[in-house]
Amino acid sequence: MLERLKRPWPDHRAERALGAVSLLLGVVIVAMIAFVAVRSWPIFQHNGLRWLGGGGDFEAEIARMNAATAHPTAADYQLRAWPLLYGTLLSTAIAVALGIAIAVLASVFIVELAPRRLSRVVIPVVRLLASVPSVIYGLIGILVLVPFVGNHLVSEGDRRSVLGVVQLTGAGLAPTVAILTVMITPIMIALVCEALEAVPPSWKEGAVALGLNPLRAVRAVTLKAIRPAIVAAAVLATARALGEAVMIQMVSGGKTFAPNLDHGVPVFLFEPLRTLASAILDFREGIGSPSLKAAVYSFSLLLLLSAFVLSVGGYLVKLPLRRHQARA
Amino acid sequence: MYADEMVLDRSNASSAKTPAAPATAVTPAMPAAPAMAPPELPVPPVRTIVLDRAPTLVRPVPEREAVRPLSAFAGPERLSLRHVGVSYAGKDAVRSVSLSIHQGEVLALIGPSGCGKTTLLRTLNRLTELTAGASRTGEILLDGEDIHDLVDTTLRARVAMVFQQPNPFPMSIFDNVAFALREQGRKRPARRQLEPLVVDALRRAGLYDEVRDDLDRPALRLSGGQQQRLCIARAIAPRPEVLLMDEPCSALDPISTGVIEELIGELRRDLAVVIVTHNLAQAHRVADKVAFMYLGDLVEYGGVRDVFEDPRAQRTREYVRGAFG
Amino acid sequence: MSAVAVRSGRTGGRRSSPMSWRWSDRLALAAAWLAGLSLCLIAAAIVLYMGYRGIQYLRPGMIFERPQASADQAGSGGFLDPLLGTIVVSAVGIAIALPLAVASAVWITEYGHGGRLSRALARVVESSIEIVAGTPDIVIAIFGLAVFQLPLLAPLSFQAEGGGVFGRSFIAAGAMMSLLALPPLYAATRDGLQAVPAHMREAAFALGKTRITTVRRVLMPSVRSNIATGTTLGISRIVGSTAIVLILLGSTLRIETQGAVPVVNLLRGTGSSLTTYVYENSPAGEGAAPEKAYAAAFVLLVLVLALNVVIERLGRGRRDVISSVI
Repeated sequence: MLERLKRPWPDHRAERALGAVSLLLGVVIVAMIAFVAVRSWPIFQHNGLRWLGGGGDFEAEIARMNAATAHPTAADYQLRAWPLLYGTLLSTAIAVALGIAIAVLASVFIVELAPRRLSRVVIPVVRLLASVPSVIYGLIGILVLVPFVGNHLVSEGDRRSVLGVVQLTGAGLAPTVAILTVMITPIMIALVCEALEAVPPSWKEGAVALGLNPLRAVRAVTLKAIRPAIVAAAVLATARALGEAVMIQMVSGGKTFAPNLDHGVPVFLFEPLRTLASAILDFREGIGSPSLKAAVYSFSLLLLLSAFVLSVGGYLVKLPLRRHQARA
Repeated sequence: MYADEMVLDRSNASSAKTPAAPATAVTPAMPAAPAMAPPELPVPPVRTIVLDRAPTLVRPVPEREAVRPLSAFAGPERLSLRHVGVSYAGKDAVRSVSLSIHQGEVLALIGPSGCGKTTLLRTLNRLTELTAGASRTGEILLDGEDIHDLVDTTLRARVAMVFQQPNPFPMSIFDNVAFALREQGRKRPARRQLEPLVVDALRRAGLYDEVRDDLDRPALRLSGGQQQRLCIARAIAPRPEVLLMDEPCSALDPISTGVIEELIGELRRDLAVVIVTHNLAQAHRVADKVAFMYLGDLVEYGGVRDVFEDPRAQRTREYVRGAFG
Repeated sequence: MSAVAVRSGRTGGRRSSPMSWRWSDRLALAAAWLAGLSLCLIAAAIVLYMGYRGIQYLRPGMIFERPQASADQAGSGGFLDPLLGTIVVSAVGIAIALPLAVASAVWITEYGHGGRLSRALARVVESSIEIVAGTPDIVIAIFGLAVFQLPLLAPLSFQAEGGGVFGRSFIAAGAMMSLLALPPLYAATRDGLQAVPAHMREAAFALGKTRITTVRRVLMPSVRSNIATGTTLGISRIVGSTAIVLILLGSTLRIETQGAVPVVNLLRGTGSSLTTYVYENSPAGEGAAPEKAYAAAFVLLVLVLALNVVIERLGRGRRDVISSVI
């Protein structure tokens, strides 16, 4: 047998072997979706789609799940996870919005405005920021940023205004969004810079020849030309932000709460929150209990599906923008 | 150095308005009035020209070049080049060129590749400044003001350019033509105000009839010839004084080329046109005046018939007969 | 040549100054500069702060000491076990990902252009890898949990004293880490293979070699540096991942093996990695020892930056270096 393996293989056998290995990857993906979906089924079974909505007391529901036995009753599966969705959407939306603005400005700076030597410094800086592990961002967040917010930004008046509703410790929306923005911006800068450099210089030359100053030329023509790339960058950044678990878990306050705009702006930013990803981390020890396990899997299913939707959606959004691009 | 390769300055560097000058200067009988426009087109605003000194000539103009109207529309002088030289990183690309560019006339810059004609053209709207290491000697006056003393954005609003490769922006046709109108001023005009100007520019560029049904179509969907006419419309929409064209037809098919050549004949009514071309037949068809350059030097400059039919320099004769270049 | 004195060359004339621009342009100019400079400031702040804290709290001995449970949390013990844990997990991850990635890349570039069936399969495989690349770490971790908690795979997980199967072990974590390393390795290898000019292959075929021999003898050697770049990219992703280790390896700081067979007992065992060590020692974990967290975080940062430098050196001027940021 070993003899046969050692001799050079004929092509068709090699092809089939390699093909099988490659297909293994496809199998893995299907398995991933299937496993996660199957294990989250009990939540759908007992709640329907209402588990995505609000109205329940999330913390109490989780506590009950934790305490449930190996054979949980229907009541043990009760779940209303809207605060988690809200926290996820809120933190992601703000971080991506801030991130795109900063990324486009910084990319224009790097490619158009900065002198050569400064550009050469900024590019490794961007790469550095992208490669810092999320646990280190979380560490700095929890040891530096959170105490700063808690001690210096949150005033006594703020605390009193929500007394009895929620405790403002500093950990919450503000540090979460701040660090999340710093984490996702480098990815966007890399994509936008690449796109800026790929724009035909004849467009900018034409705009300058029409009497525009260089920055205006970039704003009026080049930025319009890279709109598909900006969309792609935003989609990639959103996917990254959705999946961030460790940093957010360290910095967001560990309490399921939906930051409430009615409390006024500074207070709203200081309120704690929880996202789908950080919840998975929070409840990882309770995996022993079947109902909690099903809940955790259902959060994962949601994240998996949204990552999938994002890659398809990003592609679809780019299609109409391609109308105005140069023909292939 | 051949004896007949001197710089010959046939055309008078002065404005037609100067009164009888010193004996050495002979004023050709050019129409003294501004370009006579046929009734349908509005007369473009002519800026007043400030010339407070008598024109100087390098050498006397011989008798026989005296009186030939070079163009039916010839008007006042717009650009005056005096001993202009351009060098990139120390190496000379253009050496001591002196020319005069008048409204209503088409000046063709001809010469073999690398002779400096494109460099000279790009110097006229200071586009050479986009390249590092470019430096310029001599004077270029736009209506009497040195272009280096003008703010560059203002200069380019008055001296427009059309490039060799059509480069319409990735926007609709309307947005392309309205681009300069929207961006050049301090305030952004409303679409309603822009529409008649856009339509007018498209008409003058000979493109309106082909695109009138949908001005919001993406400009990049047009054919090559249409794109170039769009670029012309975009360039002339803000009513510049001078139009620079850098081999505008070299990337196009013969039919589009013919259309654009006809266009140039019409465009020169309101503008001064400078066109760089390596196509001698085109220069012959389109130009009123021709400047022949060779390796950075201006070898011959004069009316199109003179340069083509009876050139004075040996090099010109060889080039025009097709011996090289 | 001329009677007029030649002025010395002017390189530039009057430029339109920002003072005369529209206010929105001026705002954009200021904002762009602000964005660029703040990015540098933030990066500098992170590196300097971690460096400051690291030097403050890192004792050289810590790299070689094992974590100790003692009353004096701050002063005692090091992170040898977590460091080893990181190494083990990376090794397992790469060991699984490398053959898979290279095999798939070879199949797709060399064989995936055949009939309609192979082209369809090729697209399926490419899409799968893209989906894996876009899946968040934590979902991969949960999936790993689902797989390794199957009764079938029980022998592969660490069994706690109570006998409960938690689905945690080095092999479980390593297997899921391979999914992290797979996309960059695959992309780098595929790009390298696609960059090999056709005439090299044709020359080999003309000599009568089969496709697979061509791959082994001709193509593989020329993509070695691509594979190296991809591997380093994969390692840097694995080293930085916390979620997978937290879920699939647990929180025991020390490495604990299970069973008697030498290497297998380590794979079946449990422990921690540098990242979870940082996490556990911070206020988010059990941590009363932020000093140890800082020390370990400093080592982790140095490790990641070193890997970055290696990636840049290996991939000088190549596409996979730009996409390494993504």
